[in-house]
Amino acid sequence: MSSLCGANRRDFLKKCLTGAAVLGVSGRMGLLSAAEEGAALAKSRVVIAHDAMLRGAGTTVDSRRMLGLLDRAMQALFDRDNPIEPWRKLVRPGETVGLKVNALGGRGLSSNLQLVEAISERLQEAGIKASDIVVWDRDTDEMEHVGFHVSTGGNRVQCFGTDQVDYEPELAMYGSVGSRLSKILTQRCNVLINVPVLKDHDGAGVTMALKNMYGVIHNPNKYHPNGCNPYIADLNMLPEIRAKMRLTICDATTACFEGGPGYKPEYSWKHNALMVSQDPVALDYTGWQIIERKRAEKGLKTLEGDKRAPNYIATAADAQHRLGTNDPRRIAVVEV
Amino acid sequence: MAREFNAQEGESPAVRGERSPFSRPLDRRAFLQCAVASGAAFGLCELAQFPVAIPAWAGPQKQDDSRFTVEAKFYEKLPNNKKIKCKLCPRECAVGDRERGYCGVRENRGGTYYTLVHSRVCAAHIDPIEKKPLFHYLPGTLAFSLATAGCNVNCKFCQNWDISQVRPEQVPADYAPPKLVAELAKQRDCPTIAYTYSEPVIFSEYLMDAADAGHEVGVRSVAVSNGYMQEEALKTAYGKMDAVKIDLKAFTESYYKDVVVGELKPVLDSLVILRKMNKWTEIVYLVVPTLNDSEAEFRGLARWIKTNLGVDVPIHFTQFHPQYLLKNLPITPVPTLERAKAIADAEGLHYAYIGNVPGHPAQNTYCPKCRRMLVERVGFTASQMLIRKGSCPFCGQPIPGIWHA
Repeated sequence: MSSLCGANRRDFLKKCLTGAAVLGVSGRMGLLSAAEEGAALAKSRVVIAHDAMLRGAGTTVDSRRMLGLLDRAMQALFDRDNPIEPWRKLVRPGETVGLKVNALGGRGLSSNLQLVEAISERLQEAGIKASDIVVWDRDTDEMEHVGFHVSTGGNRVQCFGTDQVDYEPELAMYGSVGSRLSKILTQRCNVLINVPVLKDHDGAGVTMALKNMYGVIHNPNKYHPNGCNPYIADLNMLPEIRAKMRLTICDATTACFEGGPGYKPEYSWKHNALMVSQDPVALDYTGWQIIERKRAEKGLKTLEGDKRAPNYIATAADAQHRLGTNDPRRIAVVEV
Repeated sequence: MAREFNAQEGESPAVRGERSPFSRPLDRRAFLQCAVASGAAFGLCELAQFPVAIPAWAGPQKQDDSRFTVEAKFYEKLPNNKKIKCKLCPRECAVGDRERGYCGVRENRGGTYYTLVHSRVCAAHIDPIEKKPLFHYLPGTLAFSLATAGCNVNCKFCQNWDISQVRPEQVPADYAPPKLVAELAKQRDCPTIAYTYSEPVIFSEYLMDAADAGHEVGVRSVAVSNGYMQEEALKTAYGKMDAVKIDLKAFTESYYKDVVVGELKPVLDSLVILRKMNKWTEIVYLVVPTLNDSEAEFRGLARWIKTNLGVDVPIHFTQFHPQYLLKNLPITPVPTLERAKAIADAEGLHYAYIGNVPGHPAQNTYCPKCRRMLVERVGFTASQMLIRKGSCPFCGQPIPGIWHA
């Protein structure tokens, strides 16, 4: 006997109304991310994988060690023994995957090439065709400047900036944000993997997962007042971003504790780490604490003391946004 | 792709997809083409203007950035981290290395601040001066009107957001150095270059150079601006203008904060400074239903103008059309505009106009003394101009403005 069979009309309506109320609160049940689902049940996991020998005896990141570092991070995040399994859990063959890198910082402080190669390698081993992987940022020249090789055809991994394909003509809007989105996001990818860099930011305080989405829109300059708050949170609420975002792999091989987002060697350090999470808010909160510790070690003021605390992180976690959690009691930081 | 025709008065570039005025001289055939196009548009709407437009953009294209990049004039270097502070507008963006200011067209490169839009024209048209609108400045003449990308505010009602709210590399642009602009304006019988459509504050360096080039060949310059500018920049840049139209977007700080993303007080200060500079200035107030259309606001505005600028400053109450981020509001009802004008009249302002309402009698200029009509306007055309030697021909009352070239 069906559970509905015994229900009278009043019970049935109650159930319907309850369901509608739940939908009303979330407003987007079909788009719940893994982070949101997970947040309701368990702590958000942020994995930090270190490798002191990532560069061997030199200054350049070693590709094999980077692959190993990525594997450790992903296996810890997804609790898997095999390095390919986490990716099979993350993507399916036939999907097109965008790797949103960050090339703004210039040479020295942009998404690491060996990291991007390692991610691409594992994605292909998980069944994604090379040509279905798009490595992208806003500007092709900036990407080339930091060492990416542009590729826009054939069976290779694709690599180019939004300037090659333009932005959508129509505005996407949420809260304080009204922006045109990169066609790479809207037309070329159905999965987004965010590959930011662990950095100080002169306006926002810090920049990692959430702020890297500024590279997705045509008018990021409009969203820097007030420490980018609430703009960063509002931007990440856009369904086109939220529905596709599956993972953040934050490049902390070289990180920056002051003077960001541009590269300044005197304010950078070789952290030789990756941070991975499906909760971008938890990742940003955790990265912020790393930067604060480094600032304290260097005798610098806290970001709060410097009047640029990254308050957008709390906004992203608030009841209106629910993009993840910034509550340290609900974040499990796993170091491997 | 042709831009959708926009009936809103002010700074909307008319038609895209045609050849640039910078790419060829306007020969007889081209002139006739323009005239036919203009006539056709006129048949659809009397607000049409003379179309001269930028090239069709087939898609993204690389522009030679170096041609348009010139060190900015209004900024100071900060002691740490190669940061700079922009001194162009009251926002005073502190811009880190490799970043841009709020306007999106000025970039810090290694501690030096650059404008990326010098001579980088993304919209150019020949418009009637009445379209700016400037009603007391050379009526019936044409203005060689141009814009670069970018703006230092973000009005939710912006009708030109697709050029004002973008970075320069995101829109097609022509290289139009100042001398070329001046020569073309002269060739095409435009006594004025108008810096308009987006926001001339953010291309001040170009505006100054183009104004100088224009003056050398007898062509004037006018700015159509939000007035959100620092005093030194205002005096330096708009000191070169022959007239200025200021968009006073509202008379409350809350509106400026929420709808404009700017501030009211600096704009009021700019108006007072322009007055002290004896610069011919007209004011536009776009009346947005429910947001800035209260009687108290109209009255406060009129009284402020009377006290601080005098009764002879023209004010244009213009009709809002849903645009950009404000598509949920209706077109301003004409009675609301008439109420605003009636309040301004009652407070003693001599020249309160109604804009964006074709055929409305409040588009005409009347003598404040004998009430006779002195300038009749149909759409953007001055169809009758009776002012003689700056005075009413009927009663001799001086009519302020720049009436003759």
